[in-house]
Amino acid sequence: MSSFTLISAALRRKKTRTFLTFSSVVFAFLIFGVLSMLQTAFSMGVDIANEDRLVVRHRVSLFQLLPQSYEADMEEVPGVVDAVHFTWFGGVYQDPSNFFMQSPVEPAEYLDMYPEVSVPEEAKLRWIETRNGAIAGRALVERFGWEVGDRIPIRPTIWQQEGRGDEAWEFELVGVYESDVEGFDETQFLFRYDFFDEARSFGRGQIGWFAVRIADPDRAAEVAAAIDATFQNSAAETKSESEGAFAAGFANQVGNLGLIVTSILGAVFFTILLVAGNTMAQSVRERIGEIGLLKALGFTATRVQRLVLMESVTLVTTAGFLGMVLAVGLERVLRPALAAYFPGLFLRPQDLLLGLGLAVVTGLIVGVFPARRAMRLETALALRRL
Amino acid sequence: MSETGVSEGRGGNGVATEAMVDVRNATRTFHRGRTAVPVLRELSLRMEPGEFLALMGPSGSGKSTLLNLIAGLDRPTGGEVIVGGSPIHRLSERKLAGWRARNIGFVFQFSNLLGALNAERNVAVPLLLTSFSARERRRRVDIALEIVGLSDRGKHRPRELSGGEQQRVGIARALVNDPALLVCDEPTGDLDRATSGEILDLLVALNRDQGKTVLMVTHDPEAAERASRILHLVDGQLADCGHDGTIVLPAHEPAGAAV
Repeated sequence: MSSFTLISAALRRKKTRTFLTFSSVVFAFLIFGVLSMLQTAFSMGVDIANEDRLVVRHRVSLFQLLPQSYEADMEEVPGVVDAVHFTWFGGVYQDPSNFFMQSPVEPAEYLDMYPEVSVPEEAKLRWIETRNGAIAGRALVERFGWEVGDRIPIRPTIWQQEGRGDEAWEFELVGVYESDVEGFDETQFLFRYDFFDEARSFGRGQIGWFAVRIADPDRAAEVAAAIDATFQNSAAETKSESEGAFAAGFANQVGNLGLIVTSILGAVFFTILLVAGNTMAQSVRERIGEIGLLKALGFTATRVQRLVLMESVTLVTTAGFLGMVLAVGLERVLRPALAAYFPGLFLRPQDLLLGLGLAVVTGLIVGVFPARRAMRLETALALRRL
Repeated sequence: MSETGVSEGRGGNGVATEAMVDVRNATRTFHRGRTAVPVLRELSLRMEPGEFLALMGPSGSGKSTLLNLIAGLDRPTGGEVIVGGSPIHRLSERKLAGWRARNIGFVFQFSNLLGALNAERNVAVPLLLTSFSARERRRRVDIALEIVGLSDRGKHRPRELSGGEQQRVGIARALVNDPALLVCDEPTGDLDRATSGEILDLLVALNRDQGKTVLMVTHDPEAAERASRILHLVDGQLADCGHDGTIVLPAHEPAGAAV
């Protein structure tokens, strides 16, 4: 028998109340886990952004085009190692709800720029040999059940083919890419820029944005400023920023996710403080005689205070732990099911640790006032409540 | 019990003996707003080791207040309280808690067992404050339950025990640390006549066979009759009372000198 026996006895005293409080805390931490997953999914680009890469786009917006010829000019800027370009294709595969990113790229340069992307050697060769060849991420291929060699028709919403109106572009799937980097987007569809540029009905020589590798990440700001200075006062001025800043800006197009998530969590935990705090306060109020008894038997005020605090921490931490376990279970179910929509949907270890830390802190905050009350109870007066 | 600060009295043979309880000119005044309410007035009381003393008196006479002073649950406003040689009125709250754990066994009107714990675990609660090994704790719980005649009921929860059995478990809890002084506050107040008799038999046996000093507050004259001495408390002052119901003793005289 240990002090924990007393804590357990106190928690079992009003089983229904303890169960209801426990359940609400479990649910709060489940919400915490789910929101953490969503935040990770939306900000994954920021987290896995490479420090030695910049993104260069049109100064006005991402959807204004830049001359492809800028690539050669940028590679002349001191500190720039290499540059590749992307263009938002925005086509529809079968149904508008089947959204995924499509972009023309230059295969060899793209694969050089993104060493985290892994494509089988024969697929690389096939891509270079096949003019309408395309590669797709593993999650995307699994989502639509594609196989290498399949013909993928994509209906244009922006880029029509010369003389073909809104007839679908037809690509041949030559390979599947994967990445070892946790949360890397495996839902993109990438095809050859030369095929795209020759076939499109307008905008030849224009691209969406550049990814630029720099020699020294510590000089990123300086190099970005130099790139923008190069194209100052031209018809298409640029805005250069780190890959992380670009990804954050992209994610925040749907709103300030961090603020939204923090606000919801704030409301949830405030409610938990009230619910669990009320339970603990009520529990101590009902046990004044019992606490007086413990003190009479020789438990010091500090020890009684510690018992009540431990009771509160045990209640909230156990429930918080269970909530996080359920969140992990939910992640195991949701992650494969939603991989094509939210490639970064997973619970990071730091979020799990944060959740557990939050549970301990919440338990302490919830217990601190009832514990102080228990500590200050005068033994003789408390015994009258027996 | 501590050997420091021994208070001495004269036994029948004239040899000085250490008192178990020696209350000297104790006063206890409570404050209700600006009004001072004296509950105990210059009260002195001496109990010898192995004595069984019943404390009676009307409601509000100060019985529980005196009991609390002797048990180290409260402090006198003035005077001294020496129990087992320890001047407990001088101890800090923390030391007083430790002193209670080692020296006092409490028996209350209601057994006040923890409902979620079985009888054995309820008895073992005071042992949480000791450094005894698990085996020694087990041994002490077994002995305490055996003394109160509940060896076979150790695994039962309080709700599975009768009122008398619950009170016996409460007494076993009071005995488990082997205290010299048992402080009983209306121990039969919640029991029927027959069960009260059993509990009183047990207290008498503990006093006679185990040498426990027993201080019992009661309203019940029949219960008080089982004690070796009865004191009446009236308006915060003591009056000694023999078994024939006579006597009056000025409160300021040492009670131990009477009888």
